[in-house]
Amino acid sequence: MTDVLPAQDDRRIALVDLLDRVLAGGVVISGEVVLSIADVDLVVISLRTLVSSVSSLMSGEPGVGGDGDGRRPH
Amino acid sequence: MSADGVWVYAIIRGAGAEDRVSGLRGVAGEPVHLIVSDELAAVVGVVDLDEYGQDALRRNLEDLDWVAQKARAHDAVITAVARSGSVIPVRMATVYLDDGHVRTLLENRRDDFEATLSRLCGRAELGVKVYADPKQLLTADSEQDDGGMRTGTAYLMRRRQQLASHEEAYRAAAVEADRIHTTLMRYAVDGRRKPPPDRSLSGRDEMTVLNGTYLVDSDAVGLFRETVAALGMSTGRLSLETTGPWPPYSFAGEPVSE
Repeated sequence: MTDVLPAQDDRRIALVDLLDRVLAGGVVISGEVVLSIADVDLVVISLRTLVSSVSSLMSGEPGVGGDGDGRRPH
Repeated sequence: MSADGVWVYAIIRGAGAEDRVSGLRGVAGEPVHLIVSDELAAVVGVVDLDEYGQDALRRNLEDLDWVAQKARAHDAVITAVARSGSVIPVRMATVYLDDGHVRTLLENRRDDFEATLSRLCGRAELGVKVYADPKQLLTADSEQDDGGMRTGTAYLMRRRQQLASHEEAYRAAAVEADRIHTTLMRYAVDGRRKPPPDRSLSGRDEMTVLNGTYLVDSDAVGLFRETVAALGMSTGRLSLETTGPWPPYSFAGEPVSE
């Protein structure tokens, strides 16, 4: 499934920045959708925690500039 | 037997829309297509409700690997469409049960969407994060020798001093972050401060003092970046990082009730 990514995308994107936009941004449309805004918001909150803990795991040693998701890319 | 749903990526103008989505594939690897209503078009894909229906979606959104993959695919479609004109990104995981409801949405909110497309036209979103490293903030005054004192009182005094100077340093960093945000707003059409994405990370050595995101005219992106670089040079103790350009996720408008 990883090779279905469609468009040419040459940007390096940290997951935490991406989720900050696709899940916390974008126009929100209520009504007639299969998952309510409240549902998505709840999911977003738990994901943020999840992403935070993952990025902390991936950031490696303190003071060393890691390049894991959620860490500052260079 | 499984039913299909309609995953919505974005809303764009109908004119030339076919070319803009031609060849794109979406979150399920499905060909991206359009649902058109008058001047507007929704960029959508057909997805299996076994994976993207209410219960499945709720479950899958708890799976970070699934979310990461779908988030990148969702973003890739929107980013591709944004290259050729104005776009309103739709929040990830917006799934309708059929085309008719999407068409109704376009009809009902036409004026809002038109206004938003005009506002976003020729503009991109840039993120700027500012980090404070406590070690940098406290280089001068925190590492003072306690003269070899090892008593409990000496320890507590030193600890209290450290905490006070930490607090002071962070306050200074916050003031500087405010200044940076104010300056960047002058080079942007719009902007906002988002909550730091990793607040819970007490174990990290760096702290996000600004998680700003800015709507910038496309032809001013270079100037905006130069401004960020200049601000970075002007501050020794904070580090700045730019992300983007993004499609204008954070400026797509207020929640829309159909």
